[in-house]
Amino acid sequence: MIELSDVVKRYPGGHEALSGINLTIERGELIFLTGHSGAGKSTLLKLIAAIERPTSGVVTVSGQNLGRIRRSALPYVRRNIGLIFQDHKLLYDRSVHDNVLLPLHIQGMSGHEAGKRVRAALDKVGLLNKERARPITLSGGEQQRLCIARAIVSRPPLLLADEPTANLDEQYARDIMDMFKAFNQVGVTVILTTHDQDLIQRYGGRRIALANGKVAS
Amino acid sequence: MKAWVDHNLHSLNLATKRMAEGPFAALFSILVIGIALSLPAGLYVALKNIDRLAGGMPTQPEITLFLDIDLSQDKGRQLVQKVEGMPGVAHARFVSRDDGLKHLKDAGLSDLTSGLSANPLPDAIAITPNDSNADNMERLAQQFKLLPGVDHLAMDTDWARRLTALLDFGHNLVWLMTGLLGLALAAITGNTIRLQIYAARDEIEVSRLIGATNRFIRRPFLYFGVLQGLLGGLAGWLIVSGSLHAMTASLDRLALAWSGHLDLLGLGPAEAAIILATSSLLGFLGAFLAVNYSLQRMN
Repeated sequence: MIELSDVVKRYPGGHEALSGINLTIERGELIFLTGHSGAGKSTLLKLIAAIERPTSGVVTVSGQNLGRIRRSALPYVRRNIGLIFQDHKLLYDRSVHDNVLLPLHIQGMSGHEAGKRVRAALDKVGLLNKERARPITLSGGEQQRLCIARAIVSRPPLLLADEPTANLDEQYARDIMDMFKAFNQVGVTVILTTHDQDLIQRYGGRRIALANGKVAS
Repeated sequence: MKAWVDHNLHSLNLATKRMAEGPFAALFSILVIGIALSLPAGLYVALKNIDRLAGGMPTQPEITLFLDIDLSQDKGRQLVQKVEGMPGVAHARFVSRDDGLKHLKDAGLSDLTSGLSANPLPDAIAITPNDSNADNMERLAQQFKLLPGVDHLAMDTDWARRLTALLDFGHNLVWLMTGLLGLALAAITGNTIRLQIYAARDEIEVSRLIGATNRFIRRPFLYFGVLQGLLGGLAGWLIVSGSLHAMTASLDRLALAWSGHLDLLGLGPAEAAIILATSSLLGFLGAFLAVNYSLQRMN
Protein backbone atom coordinates (compact mmCIF):
# COMPACT_ATOMS: atom_id res chain seq x y z
CA MET A 1 0.00 0.00 0.00
CA ILE A 2 2.83 2.39 0.89
CA GLU A 3 6.26 2.26 -0.64
CA LEU A 4 9.23 4.50 -0.04
CA SER A 5 12.41 4.10 -2.02
CA ASP A 6 15.60 6.07 -1.43
CA VAL A 7 13.60 8.86 0.15
CA VAL A 8 15.59 11.90 1.23
CA LYS A 9 14.05 14.95 2.85
CA ARG A 10 16.28 17.94 3.27
CA TYR A 11 14.89 21.16 4.72
CA PRO A 12 15.98 24.61 3.63
CA GLY A 13 19.08 25.37 5.63
CA GLY A 14 20.56 21.97 5.00
CA HIS A 15 19.06 19.89 7.82
CA GLU A 16 18.50 16.39 6.52
CA ALA A 17 15.51 14.86 8.30
CA LEU A 18 15.44 11.67 6.26
CA SER A 19 18.41 10.27 4.42
CA GLY A 20 17.66 7.32 2.22
CA ILE A 21 14.58 5.52 3.52
CA ASN A 22 13.45 2.27 1.91
CA LEU A 23 10.22 0.92 3.30
CA THR A 24 7.20 -1.12 2.27
CA ILE A 25 3.97 -1.17 4.28
CA GLU A 26 1.24 -3.61 3.31
CA ARG A 27 -2.47 -2.98 3.43
CA GLY A 28 -3.94 -3.75 6.88
CA GLU A 29 -0.68 -3.48 8.83
CA LEU A 30 -0.33 -1.89 12.25
CA ILE A 31 2.94 0.05 12.30
CA PHE A 32 4.70 1.68 15.22
CA LEU A 33 7.26 4.26 14.19
CA THR A 34 9.77 4.79 16.98
CA GLY A 35 12.96 6.71 17.47
CA HIS A 36 14.33 9.60 19.49
CA SER A 37 13.00 13.08 18.81
CA GLY A 38 14.41 14.43 15.60
CA ALA A 39 14.84 10.95 14.15
CA GLY A 40 12.42 11.81 11.34
CA LYS A 41 9.20 10.12 12.49
CA SER A 42 6.96 13.14 11.94
CA THR A 43 8.64 13.95 8.65
CA LEU A 44 7.95 10.43 7.44
CA LEU A 45 4.26 10.78 8.32
CA LYS A 46 4.12 14.14 6.55
CA LEU A 47 5.56 12.61 3.39
CA ILE A 48 3.02 9.79 3.44
CA ALA A 49 0.20 12.30 3.96
CA ALA A 50 1.57 14.44 1.09
CA ILE A 51 1.88 17.39 3.42
CA GLU A 52 5.49 17.61 2.32
CA ARG A 53 7.30 16.35 -0.74
CA PRO A 54 10.53 14.36 -0.72
CA THR A 55 13.73 16.10 -1.82
CA SER A 56 14.58 12.97 -3.75
CA GLY A 57 13.32 9.42 -3.95
CA VAL A 58 9.81 8.14 -4.48
CA VAL A 59 6.84 7.95 -2.09
CA THR A 60 4.00 5.82 -3.43
CA VAL A 61 0.64 5.50 -1.66
CA SER A 62 -2.04 3.26 -3.19
CA GLY A 63 -0.14 3.27 -6.47
CA GLN A 64 0.16 7.06 -6.67
CA ASN A 65 3.56 8.69 -6.77
CA LEU A 66 3.06 11.57 -4.34
CA GLY A 67 6.10 13.47 -5.57
CA ARG A 68 4.63 13.69 -9.05
CA ILE A 69 1.06 14.48 -8.18
CA ARG A 70 -0.48 17.80 -9.23
CA ARG A 71 -1.25 20.25 -6.47
CA SER A 72 -4.92 20.32 -7.45
CA ALA A 73 -5.12 16.53 -6.98
CA LEU A 74 -3.71 16.62 -3.45
CA PRO A 75 -7.05 17.14 -1.68
CA TYR A 76 -8.35 13.92 -3.18
CA VAL A 77 -5.29 12.02 -1.94
CA ARG A 78 -5.77 13.41 1.56
CA ARG A 79 -9.38 12.31 1.67
CA ASN A 80 -8.18 8.70 1.76
CA ILE A 81 -6.05 9.37 4.80
CA GLY A 82 -7.24 9.92 8.35
CA LEU A 83 -4.83 12.28 10.07
CA ILE A 84 -4.46 12.48 13.84
CA PHE A 85 -2.28 15.37 14.92
CA GLN A 86 -0.25 15.68 18.06
CA ASP A 87 -1.71 19.15 18.60
CA HIS A 88 -5.20 17.93 17.57
CA LYS A 89 -5.82 20.89 15.22
CA LEU A 90 -9.44 21.17 16.32
CA LEU A 91 -11.60 24.14 15.44
CA TYR A 92 -12.57 25.81 18.68
CA ASP A 93 -15.24 28.06 17.21
CA ARG A 94 -17.61 25.21 16.48
CA SER A 95 -19.15 22.30 18.33
CA VAL A 96 -17.75 18.78 18.68
CA HIS A 97 -20.36 17.61 16.19
CA ASP A 98 -19.38 20.21 13.60
CA ASN A 99 -15.68 19.41 13.96
CA VAL A 100 -16.38 15.83 12.98
CA LEU A 101 -18.77 16.94 10.24
CA LEU A 102 -16.06 18.97 8.46
CA PRO A 103 -14.41 16.10 6.50
CA LEU A 104 -17.81 14.87 5.29
CA HIS A 105 -18.78 18.38 4.38
CA ILE A 106 -15.56 18.79 2.41
CA GLN A 107 -16.36 15.60 0.53
CA GLY A 108 -19.78 16.91 -0.34
CA MET A 109 -21.83 14.93 2.13
CA SER A 110 -24.47 16.67 4.19
CA GLY A 111 -27.88 16.27 5.74
CA HIS A 112 -29.25 13.26 7.52
CA GLU A 113 -26.71 10.72 6.25
CA ALA A 114 -23.79 12.90 7.35
CA GLY A 115 -25.33 13.44 10.77
CA LYS A 116 -25.68 9.71 11.21
CA ARG A 117 -22.05 9.11 10.38
CA VAL A 118 -20.88 11.87 12.67
CA ARG A 119 -22.78 10.34 15.58
CA ALA A 120 -21.46 6.88 14.73
CA ALA A 121 -17.88 8.19 14.79
CA LEU A 122 -18.46 10.05 18.05
CA ASP A 123 -20.01 6.92 19.52
CA LYS A 124 -16.92 4.91 18.61
CA VAL A 125 -14.65 7.24 20.53
CA GLY A 126 -17.12 7.64 23.41
CA LEU A 127 -17.97 11.29 22.90
CA LEU A 128 -21.57 10.99 21.81
CA ASN A 129 -22.77 12.68 24.97
CA LYS A 130 -20.56 15.71 24.25
CA GLU A 131 -21.89 16.26 20.76
CA ARG A 132 -23.00 19.84 21.43
CA ALA A 133 -20.01 20.83 23.57
CA ARG A 134 -17.20 23.09 22.45
CA PRO A 135 -13.81 21.36 22.07
CA ILE A 136 -12.23 23.82 24.50
CA THR A 137 -14.31 22.35 27.32
CA LEU A 138 -12.94 18.85 26.71
CA SER A 139 -10.00 17.29 28.53
CA GLY A 140 -6.76 16.48 26.70
CA GLY A 141 -7.75 12.85 26.25
CA GLU A 142 -11.18 13.81 24.99
CA GLN A 143 -9.69 16.26 22.50
CA GLN A 144 -7.45 13.46 21.24
CA ARG A 145 -10.48 11.22 20.82
CA LEU A 146 -12.34 13.99 19.03
CA CYS A 147 -9.41 14.27 16.64
CA ILE A 148 -9.66 10.51 16.05
CA ALA A 149 -13.39 10.74 15.42
CA ARG A 150 -12.75 13.40 12.79
CA ALA A 151 -10.09 11.20 11.17
CA ILE A 152 -12.29 8.10 10.94
CA VAL A 153 -15.65 9.66 10.07
CA SER A 154 -15.03 9.43 6.34
CA ARG A 155 -13.82 5.82 6.76
CA PRO A 156 -10.36 6.19 5.18
CA PRO A 157 -8.32 3.05 4.46
CA LEU A 158 -5.24 4.61 6.07
CA LEU A 159 -4.83 6.24 9.49
CA LEU A 160 -1.74 8.26 10.39
CA ALA A 161 -1.29 9.32 14.02
CA ASP A 162 1.53 11.47 15.34
CA GLU A 163 2.20 10.66 19.02
CA PRO A 164 -1.44 9.89 19.77
CA THR A 165 -0.72 8.76 23.33
CA ALA A 166 1.81 11.41 24.31
CA ASN A 167 0.79 13.51 27.32
CA LEU A 168 -1.95 11.08 28.26
CA ASP A 169 -2.05 9.05 31.43
CA GLU A 170 -1.86 5.30 31.10
CA GLN A 171 -5.56 4.55 31.14
CA TYR A 172 -6.34 7.12 28.47
CA ALA A 173 -3.41 5.92 26.37
CA ARG A 174 -4.71 2.37 26.56
CA ASP A 175 -8.23 3.46 25.55
CA ILE A 176 -6.85 5.22 22.54
CA MET A 177 -4.66 2.28 21.57
CA ASP A 178 -7.64 -0.06 21.88
CA MET A 179 -9.43 2.06 19.36
CA PHE A 180 -6.56 1.96 16.89
CA LYS A 181 -6.34 -1.80 17.33
CA ALA A 182 -10.06 -2.10 16.62
CA PHE A 183 -9.77 -0.02 13.43
CA ASN A 184 -6.83 -2.14 12.37
CA GLN A 185 -8.81 -5.31 12.94
CA VAL A 186 -11.45 -4.20 10.44
CA GLY A 187 -8.76 -3.71 7.78
CA VAL A 188 -7.57 -0.15 8.22
CA THR A 189 -3.84 0.39 7.81
CA VAL A 190 -2.63 2.24 10.91
CA ILE A 191 0.70 3.99 11.25
CA LEU A 192 1.52 5.74 14.49
CA THR A 193 4.56 7.24 16.08
CA THR A 194 5.31 6.63 19.74
CA HIS A 195 8.01 6.52 22.37
CA ASP A 196 6.17 4.04 24.50
CA GLN A 197 7.85 0.59 24.32
CA ASP A 198 5.20 -1.03 26.54
CA LEU A 199 2.44 -0.17 24.09
CA ILE A 200 4.31 -1.79 21.24
CA GLN A 201 4.80 -4.98 23.17
CA ARG A 202 1.17 -5.07 24.29
CA TYR A 203 -0.38 -4.39 20.89
CA GLY A 204 2.05 -6.32 18.79
CA GLY A 205 2.26 -4.56 15.46
CA ARG A 206 5.33 -4.09 13.32
CA ARG A 207 7.91 -1.77 14.80
CA ILE A 208 10.00 0.45 12.57
CA ALA A 209 12.78 2.27 14.39
CA LEU A 210 14.28 5.40 12.90
CA ALA A 211 17.61 6.83 13.88
CA ASN A 212 19.26 9.87 12.32
CA GLY A 213 16.97 9.82 9.32
CA LYS A 214 17.54 6.15 8.53
CA VAL A 215 15.68 2.93 9.26
CA ALA A 216 17.59 1.37 12.16
CA SER A 217 15.60 -1.82 12.50
CA MET B 1 -25.80 18.26 -7.35
CA LYS B 2 -27.53 18.37 -4.00
CA ALA B 3 -24.18 18.52 -2.24
CA TRP B 4 -23.18 21.43 -4.45
CA VAL B 5 -26.35 23.34 -3.63
CA ASP B 6 -25.90 22.49 0.03
CA HIS B 7 -22.37 23.78 0.06
CA ASN B 8 -23.36 26.98 -1.68
CA LEU B 9 -26.11 27.55 0.85
CA HIS B 10 -23.69 26.77 3.63
CA SER B 11 -21.13 29.20 2.18
CA LEU B 12 -23.72 31.95 1.94
CA ASN B 13 -24.78 31.21 5.49
CA LEU B 14 -21.19 31.33 6.66
CA ALA B 15 -20.63 34.63 4.84
CA THR B 16 -23.65 36.25 6.50
CA LYS B 17 -22.55 34.91 9.85
CA ARG B 18 -19.07 36.34 9.43
CA MET B 19 -20.59 39.65 8.48
CA ALA B 20 -22.89 39.58 11.50
CA GLU B 21 -19.94 38.82 13.77
CA GLY B 22 -18.39 42.17 12.95
CA PRO B 23 -21.39 44.39 12.29
CA PHE B 24 -19.53 47.69 12.66
CA ALA B 25 -16.64 46.70 10.44
CA ALA B 26 -19.14 45.44 7.87
CA LEU B 27 -21.19 48.62 8.14
CA PHE B 28 -18.15 50.80 7.58
CA SER B 29 -16.99 48.79 4.58
CA ILE B 30 -20.46 48.95 3.11
CA LEU B 31 -20.65 52.69 3.73
CA VAL B 32 -17.26 53.32 2.13
CA ILE B 33 -18.27 51.28 -0.91
CA GLY B 34 -21.60 53.11 -1.06
CA ILE B 35 -19.96 56.53 -0.96
CA ALA B 36 -17.37 55.51 -3.53
CA LEU B 37 -20.16 54.34 -5.82
CA SER B 38 -22.38 57.36 -5.20
CA LEU B 39 -19.80 59.73 -6.71
CA PRO B 40 -19.88 58.45 -10.29
CA ALA B 41 -23.56 57.53 -9.96
CA GLY B 42 -24.40 61.04 -8.72
CA LEU B 43 -22.41 62.69 -11.48
CA TYR B 44 -24.14 60.44 -13.96
CA VAL B 45 -27.55 61.53 -12.69
CA ALA B 46 -26.53 65.19 -12.85
CA LEU B 47 -25.40 64.76 -16.45
CA LYS B 48 -28.58 62.94 -17.30
CA ASN B 49 -30.62 65.89 -16.07
CA ILE B 50 -28.49 68.46 -17.89
CA ASP B 51 -28.69 66.29 -20.98
CA ARG B 52 -32.44 66.37 -20.83
CA LEU B 53 -32.62 70.10 -20.25
CA ALA B 54 -30.39 70.60 -23.23
CA GLY B 55 -32.21 67.84 -25.06
CA GLY B 56 -33.25 68.13 -28.67
CA MET B 57 -30.72 70.81 -29.46
CA PRO B 58 -29.09 70.48 -32.84
CA THR B 59 -25.51 69.50 -32.52
CA GLN B 60 -25.01 70.03 -36.24
CA PRO B 61 -24.39 73.79 -36.56
CA GLU B 62 -27.14 75.76 -38.24
CA ILE B 63 -27.47 79.30 -39.47
CA THR B 64 -30.86 80.91 -38.96
CA LEU B 65 -31.94 83.78 -41.23
CA PHE B 66 -34.63 86.00 -39.76
CA LEU B 67 -36.60 87.61 -42.57
CA ASP B 68 -38.07 91.09 -42.70
CA ILE B 69 -41.20 91.10 -40.59
CA ASP B 70 -43.35 92.40 -43.45
CA LEU B 71 -42.04 89.95 -46.05
CA SER B 72 -44.80 87.65 -47.37
CA GLN B 73 -44.62 83.87 -46.88
CA ASP B 74 -44.45 83.33 -50.68
CA LYS B 75 -41.43 85.56 -50.96
CA GLY B 76 -39.93 83.75 -48.03
CA ARG B 77 -40.37 80.36 -49.66
CA GLN B 78 -38.82 81.64 -52.86
CA LEU B 79 -35.88 82.80 -50.84
CA VAL B 80 -35.50 79.26 -49.42
CA GLN B 81 -35.13 77.87 -52.92
CA LYS B 82 -32.58 80.50 -53.78
CA VAL B 83 -30.58 79.82 -50.63
CA GLU B 84 -30.67 76.10 -51.20
CA GLY B 85 -29.12 76.63 -54.62
CA MET B 86 -26.18 78.55 -53.22
CA PRO B 87 -22.81 76.76 -53.01
CA GLY B 88 -21.89 75.48 -49.54
CA VAL B 89 -25.50 74.97 -48.44
CA ALA B 90 -26.58 71.41 -47.70
CA HIS B 91 -30.13 72.05 -46.68
CA ALA B 92 -32.48 74.96 -46.08
CA ARG B 93 -35.81 74.80 -44.27
CA PHE B 94 -38.55 77.41 -44.04
CA VAL B 95 -39.80 78.06 -40.50
CA SER B 96 -43.01 80.07 -40.50
CA ARG B 97 -43.61 82.56 -37.70
CA ASP B 98 -46.41 80.33 -36.34
CA ASP B 99 -44.08 77.33 -36.26
CA GLY B 100 -41.53 79.48 -34.50
CA LEU B 101 -43.98 80.42 -31.78
CA LYS B 102 -45.06 76.81 -31.38
CA HIS B 103 -41.42 75.84 -31.03
CA LEU B 104 -40.97 78.32 -28.21
CA LYS B 105 -44.02 76.96 -26.40
CA ASP B 106 -42.75 73.40 -26.76
CA ALA B 107 -39.42 74.41 -25.33
CA GLY B 108 -41.21 75.21 -22.06
CA LEU B 109 -41.33 78.95 -22.49
CA SER B 110 -45.13 79.11 -22.61
CA ASP B 111 -45.09 81.40 -19.58
CA LEU B 112 -43.27 83.88 -21.74
CA THR B 113 -45.39 83.52 -24.88
CA SER B 114 -48.80 83.43 -23.24
CA GLY B 115 -48.45 87.05 -22.25
CA LEU B 116 -48.15 88.16 -25.88
CA SER B 117 -51.09 89.65 -27.69
CA ALA B 118 -49.65 89.01 -31.17
CA ASN B 119 -46.91 86.86 -32.62
CA PRO B 120 -43.81 89.06 -32.64
CA LEU B 121 -41.72 86.56 -34.55
CA PRO B 122 -40.68 86.92 -38.17
CA ASP B 123 -40.51 84.00 -40.62
CA ALA B 124 -37.14 82.33 -40.67
CA ILE B 125 -34.96 80.00 -42.72
CA ALA B 126 -32.88 77.32 -41.01
CA ILE B 127 -29.79 76.46 -43.01
CA THR B 128 -27.48 73.50 -42.62
CA PRO B 129 -24.15 74.20 -44.29
CA ASN B 130 -22.07 71.59 -46.10
CA ASP B 131 -19.03 72.32 -44.05
CA SER B 132 -19.36 73.40 -40.45
CA ASN B 133 -15.93 74.88 -39.88
CA ALA B 134 -15.91 78.43 -38.54
CA ASP B 135 -14.41 80.08 -41.65
CA ASN B 136 -16.93 78.56 -43.99
CA MET B 137 -19.80 79.50 -41.66
CA GLU B 138 -18.54 83.07 -41.52
CA ARG B 139 -18.23 83.28 -45.33
CA LEU B 140 -21.76 81.95 -45.80
CA ALA B 141 -23.11 84.35 -43.19
CA GLN B 142 -21.60 87.31 -45.08
CA GLN B 143 -23.37 86.19 -48.26
CA PHE B 144 -26.74 85.65 -46.53
CA LYS B 145 -26.62 89.08 -44.95
CA LEU B 146 -26.62 90.65 -48.42
CA LEU B 147 -29.74 88.79 -49.56
CA PRO B 148 -32.80 90.99 -49.95
CA GLY B 149 -35.47 90.30 -47.34
CA VAL B 150 -33.02 89.09 -44.66
CA ASP B 151 -33.27 91.22 -41.55
CA HIS B 152 -30.56 89.57 -39.47
CA LEU B 153 -29.04 86.17 -38.90
CA ALA B 154 -27.92 84.04 -36.01
CA MET B 155 -25.41 81.26 -35.67
CA ASP B 156 -26.75 80.06 -32.38
CA THR B 157 -25.14 76.67 -32.41
CA ASP B 158 -21.76 77.51 -30.99
CA TRP B 159 -22.87 77.24 -27.40
CA ALA B 160 -24.75 74.04 -28.17
CA ARG B 161 -21.55 72.57 -29.47
CA ARG B 162 -19.73 73.71 -26.38
CA LEU B 163 -22.38 72.19 -24.16
CA THR B 164 -22.23 68.94 -26.09
CA ALA B 165 -18.47 68.88 -25.74
CA LEU B 166 -18.83 69.63 -22.05
CA LEU B 167 -21.37 66.82 -21.63
CA ASP B 168 -19.04 64.46 -23.49
CA PHE B 169 -16.30 65.47 -21.13
CA GLY B 170 -18.65 64.84 -18.21
CA HIS B 171 -19.49 61.38 -19.51
CA ASN B 172 -15.80 60.61 -19.85
CA LEU B 173 -15.34 61.80 -16.30
CA VAL B 174 -18.07 59.41 -15.15
CA TRP B 175 -16.24 56.54 -16.82
CA LEU B 176 -12.93 57.57 -15.35
CA MET B 177 -14.41 57.87 -11.88
CA THR B 178 -16.22 54.56 -12.26
CA GLY B 179 -12.95 52.92 -13.23
CA LEU B 180 -10.94 54.42 -10.39
CA LEU B 181 -13.56 53.97 -7.71
CA GLY B 182 -14.30 50.48 -9.00
CA LEU B 183 -10.66 49.70 -8.39
CA ALA B 184 -10.99 51.18 -4.91
CA LEU B 185 -14.05 49.05 -4.29
CA ALA B 186 -12.25 45.89 -5.31
CA ALA B 187 -9.34 46.90 -3.09
CA ILE B 188 -11.60 47.55 -0.09
CA THR B 189 -13.24 44.16 -0.53
CA GLY B 190 -9.88 42.50 -1.01
CA ASN B 191 -8.59 44.00 2.19
CA THR B 192 -11.63 42.94 4.22
CA ILE B 193 -11.32 39.44 2.84
CA ARG B 194 -7.62 39.34 3.62
CA LEU B 195 -8.37 40.12 7.27
CA GLN B 196 -11.04 37.45 7.31
CA ILE B 197 -8.71 34.88 5.86
CA TYR B 198 -6.21 35.77 8.52
CA ALA B 199 -8.87 35.23 11.18
CA ALA B 200 -9.89 31.91 9.64
CA ARG B 201 -6.40 30.59 8.91
CA ASP B 202 -6.70 27.72 11.42
CA GLU B 203 -9.84 26.55 9.76
CA ILE B 204 -8.27 26.87 6.33
CA GLU B 205 -5.18 24.95 7.40
CA VAL B 206 -7.20 22.12 8.94
CA SER B 207 -9.58 21.99 6.00
CA ARG B 208 -6.67 21.66 3.61
CA LEU B 209 -5.09 18.90 5.67
CA ILE B 210 -8.25 16.86 5.54
CA GLY B 211 -8.79 17.24 1.84
CA ALA B 212 -10.55 20.52 1.09
CA THR B 213 -10.03 21.87 -2.42
CA ASN B 214 -9.19 25.52 -2.94
CA ARG B 215 -12.61 25.95 -4.46
CA PHE B 216 -14.24 24.71 -1.27
CA ILE B 217 -12.20 27.11 0.86
CA ARG B 218 -12.69 30.03 -1.50
CA ARG B 219 -16.45 29.86 -1.81
CA PRO B 220 -17.58 31.41 1.50
CA PHE B 221 -15.18 34.32 0.97
CA LEU B 222 -16.49 34.90 -2.52
CA TYR B 223 -20.01 35.00 -1.16
CA PHE B 224 -18.85 37.50 1.42
CA GLY B 225 -17.32 39.69 -1.28
CA VAL B 226 -20.45 39.59 -3.41
CA LEU B 227 -22.69 40.24 -0.42
CA GLN B 228 -20.61 43.18 0.72
CA GLY B 229 -20.50 44.57 -2.81
CA LEU B 230 -24.23 44.18 -3.20
CA LEU B 231 -24.96 45.93 0.09
CA GLY B 232 -22.44 48.63 -0.81
CA GLY B 233 -24.21 49.11 -4.14
CA LEU B 234 -27.50 49.37 -2.32
CA ALA B 235 -25.98 51.98 0.00
CA GLY B 236 -24.69 53.94 -3.02
CA TRP B 237 -28.10 53.83 -4.63
CA LEU B 238 -29.73 55.02 -1.41
CA ILE B 239 -27.21 57.85 -1.07
CA VAL B 240 -27.87 59.09 -4.62
CA SER B 241 -31.65 58.69 -4.36
CA GLY B 242 -31.72 60.28 -0.92
CA SER B 243 -29.61 63.22 -2.05
CA LEU B 244 -31.85 63.76 -5.06
CA HIS B 245 -34.89 63.63 -2.83
CA ALA B 246 -33.34 66.13 -0.46
CA MET B 247 -32.44 68.46 -3.32
CA THR B 248 -35.82 68.30 -5.02
CA ALA B 249 -37.45 70.66 -2.53
CA SER B 250 -34.81 73.36 -2.90
CA LEU B 251 -34.69 72.96 -6.66
CA ASP B 252 -38.46 73.30 -6.80
CA ARG B 253 -38.21 76.58 -4.90
CA LEU B 254 -35.55 77.70 -7.33
CA ALA B 255 -37.62 76.74 -10.33
CA LEU B 256 -40.66 78.40 -8.78
CA ALA B 257 -38.74 81.65 -8.49
CA TRP B 258 -38.32 81.49 -12.25
CA SER B 259 -42.04 80.60 -12.49
CA GLY B 260 -41.28 77.23 -13.98
CA HIS B 261 -41.25 73.64 -12.96
CA LEU B 262 -38.37 71.22 -12.90
CA ASP B 263 -38.65 67.45 -12.63
CA LEU B 264 -35.43 65.75 -11.62
CA LEU B 265 -34.65 62.44 -13.20
CA GLY B 266 -33.48 59.83 -10.69
CA LEU B 267 -31.89 56.43 -11.18
CA GLY B 268 -34.22 54.15 -13.10
CA PRO B 269 -34.63 50.46 -12.29
CA ALA B 270 -32.22 49.47 -15.06
CA GLU B 271 -29.59 51.87 -13.81
CA ALA B 272 -30.08 50.72 -10.22
CA ALA B 273 -29.67 47.15 -11.42
CA ILE B 274 -26.44 48.07 -13.22
CA ILE B 275 -25.06 49.68 -10.05
CA LEU B 276 -25.92 46.62 -7.95
CA ALA B 277 -24.54 44.22 -10.54
CA THR B 278 -21.33 46.20 -10.94
CA SER B 279 -20.71 46.49 -7.21
CA SER B 280 -21.41 42.78 -6.71
CA LEU B 281 -19.07 41.88 -9.54
CA LEU B 282 -16.31 44.11 -8.19
CA GLY B 283 -16.82 42.61 -4.73
CA PHE B 284 -16.48 39.16 -6.23
CA LEU B 285 -13.34 40.18 -8.10
CA GLY B 286 -11.71 41.71 -5.03
CA ALA B 287 -12.53 38.65 -2.96
CA PHE B 288 -11.31 36.27 -5.65
CA LEU B 289 -7.95 38.00 -5.98
CA ALA B 290 -7.47 38.28 -2.21
CA VAL B 291 -8.32 34.62 -1.54
CA ASN B 292 -6.14 33.31 -4.33
CA TYR B 293 -3.26 35.47 -3.22
CA SER B 294 -3.62 34.34 0.40
CA LEU B 295 -4.05 30.67 -0.47
CA GLN B 296 -0.96 30.77 -2.61
CA ARG B 297 1.02 32.32 0.20
CA MET B 298 -0.21 29.65 2.61
CA ASN B 299 1.15 26.88 0.40
